[in-house]
Amino acid sequence: MASSTLASGTSSIAARPGVRRRLLRHPGARIGGLLLLAVLGGAILAPLLTPYDPIQVAPPQRLQGPSGPHPLGTDLYGRDTLTRVLYGGRISLAVAGLAVLLSLAVGGMLGVASGFWGGWADALMMRLSDILLAFPAILLAIGLLAFLGGGFWNVVLAIAIIYTAPLARVGRGAVLSVRHEEYVEAARALGANDLRILGRHVLPNATAPLIVETTLRLALAILAEAALSFLGLGTQPPAPTWGQMIAEGRAVMTFTSWPAIGPGLAITMTVLGFNLLGDAVRDALDPHLRGT
Amino acid sequence: MGPFLIRRILLAAPTVLGVLLAVFLLIRLVPGDVVTQLIGLEATISPKRVEELRRLFGLDRPLPVQFMEYLRDVSRGNLGKSLRTGRPVGPELARRFPITMQLAALGVLIALMIGVPAGILAAVQRGRAGDYAITGFVLVGLSVPSFWLAVLLILLFALRLGWLPPTGYVSPAEGLGASVRHMLLPAVSLGLVLAAAITRIVRSSLLEVLGRHYIRTARAKGLAERRVLLRHALRNALIPVITVIGLQFGTLLGGTVIIEQIFGLPGIGRYALEGINLRDYPVIQGAVLSIALAFVLVNLAVDLAYGLIDPRVRYE
Repeated sequence: MASSTLASGTSSIAARPGVRRRLLRHPGARIGGLLLLAVLGGAILAPLLTPYDPIQVAPPQRLQGPSGPHPLGTDLYGRDTLTRVLYGGRISLAVAGLAVLLSLAVGGMLGVASGFWGGWADALMMRLSDILLAFPAILLAIGLLAFLGGGFWNVVLAIAIIYTAPLARVGRGAVLSVRHEEYVEAARALGANDLRILGRHVLPNATAPLIVETTLRLALAILAEAALSFLGLGTQPPAPTWGQMIAEGRAVMTFTSWPAIGPGLAITMTVLGFNLLGDAVRDALDPHLRGT
Repeated sequence: MGPFLIRRILLAAPTVLGVLLAVFLLIRLVPGDVVTQLIGLEATISPKRVEELRRLFGLDRPLPVQFMEYLRDVSRGNLGKSLRTGRPVGPELARRFPITMQLAALGVLIALMIGVPAGILAAVQRGRAGDYAITGFVLVGLSVPSFWLAVLLILLFALRLGWLPPTGYVSPAEGLGASVRHMLLPAVSLGLVLAAAITRIVRSSLLEVLGRHYIRTARAKGLAERRVLLRHALRNALIPVITVIGLQFGTLLGGTVIIEQIFGLPGIGRYALEGINLRDYPVIQGAVLSIALAFVLVNLAVDLAYGLIDPRVRYE
C-alpha cells in the first residue's frame, strides 16, 4: 500500500472532486453540454418530438419555407426538414461516437504501450504514424470508403482508422511525460511489475490529454462523417444524415435555400458543443492552461 | 543552418518513401486485385486476357520487384495511364496541380488577412466586448463545416446578390480579375477554419508575449504602446502562426477535394474524387501521391522557416 500513498494520483483524474467542480462551473462546459444535450435528446426522442416520418414522401408539401407545422421547411419530396434533422442526428452521432471510441481503444492503447515500453516497436509505430499522418485525413477516409464501399459500419471503420494515429501519438506523449516521475520510480523500487506500474501509476496520471483529445476528436468525427455523406460515400439514403441532406439542399438551392440550412445548423451546433466541452475539460484538468 | 537543413531533409526522406509504399500498396490491397475488379465491369472475358492484363499491370511479379519498378517509374515522372481515358496521369496532374495550389494559397492568404488582425484585436481588448466577439467567431469558425459554408456563400453571393460566379474556373493567364472572382468563394470556404485557428493562436501567443520582461522593459523606456505591440510583441508572437499553418495545411488540402467538387474547379482534389468514383486506380494513386507529397513538402518548408526565423530551433 505504500506505493499508492506515494503516488500522487492513483484515483482516476476525471473523478477528482476539484475537476468535477471546475467543469460544472465552466461556462464553456455549460453551453457545450446544453448544445449536446439538445442534439442528443432530439435524436433519441425524435419519434416523440415530431408527428412526421423522416422517410415517407409527401409530394404536395414539397420545398416549403418555414411555417408553423414545418419550422425548417420541407425538402424536395415534401418531408419535414426538422424531422429529418432530428433523425439524422442518430446516424451522425452514432458514427462519430463509435468511430472515436474504436480509435481510442486501438490507437490510445497502442500509443500508451509504445510510450511505456519504448524500443524498436515504438520506433516502428512512430514511423508508421508519420506515414499515416502524411495523408490528409479526409482524403484517406474517402480512399478507404472507395475500396470498402459505403454503409454505416464502413464509415465507422474509415473514420476510426484515420484517427488511430493521432490518438496513438497523444497517448504515447502522455505516458512519456509521466514515465520518469518519482512516484513511478518509487513504485518500481518497491518491486511493482510493469503492468501494475502502468495500470496504477502511469495510466491514471496520463489520462488527461487523452480525455481532452477524445472530446475534440468527436467534433472532428462529426465533421468527417458529414463530409463523407455529403460526397455520397457515407450511409446511404433513404435514412437521413446531415451531410447527405446538405447535398440534397445544394441540388435544389436555385429554388429555395431552406433544405440546406437546417442540417448545417445541426452540424455546427454539435461540433461547437464538443469543441466547447473539450476546451472546458482541458481547463478543468489543467487550471494552469486556462485562458491560453 | 546547414546541418539543420540537411538533417531535417534526411528526416523527411523515410516518410516520403513510406508514402510511396502506402500508395503502391493501395492498388495491391484491393480485394481480388485490380484486374478482377475491372473485369467485374465487363462480364465476359477469357482467362488468357486476364493473364495479359495481370502482366500489363505487372501483377505477375514479386511485390518487391514491382515496388522497385514503381519507384523507377515515379522518379521518371511516369505515373501510368488512366484506365478510363487512356491519357497519361503525370501531365494531367501537372496541369491540375497549379489550380489546387492557387486555391490553397489564396485560402491561406485570406486566413492570414482575417486571423492576424482579429487575433491582435482580441489580445489588446482582452476581457472586453471585442475579445468576446472575436472569441465567439473563433469557436463558430472552428465548428462550421466548410462544405456547408460553401453552399451558404453560393446562395448569398452568387444566387441572391449575383456579385460572384457560383462555379467554374478561369486561369490567371486568361484574366487575373476573373480568375480571382471565381476563386474567392472557394478560398473563403476553405480558409475560414484556418482563419479561426490563426486568430486563436495569435491572441494567445500575443497575450503570453505581452507578459514577458522585455515588453516591460520596452514600455519602461517610454516606447509608444503601438511600437511595443508591433515591433516587440507581434514579431515574437507570430512564430507559432507558422506552426499552425503547417499543422492545418493537411486539413486544407483534404478540404480542396470537397471544395473543388462544389465549385467545379478542375484541380487535383476533384481528379482524385473522379478517380475514386470510377475506380480508376492509376488516377487515384497519382492524385493521392501528389497531395501527400505536397503536404510533406509544406511541413518540411514550415520546419525550415521555423529554423530561419527562430535561431533557437536550430540548436536543439
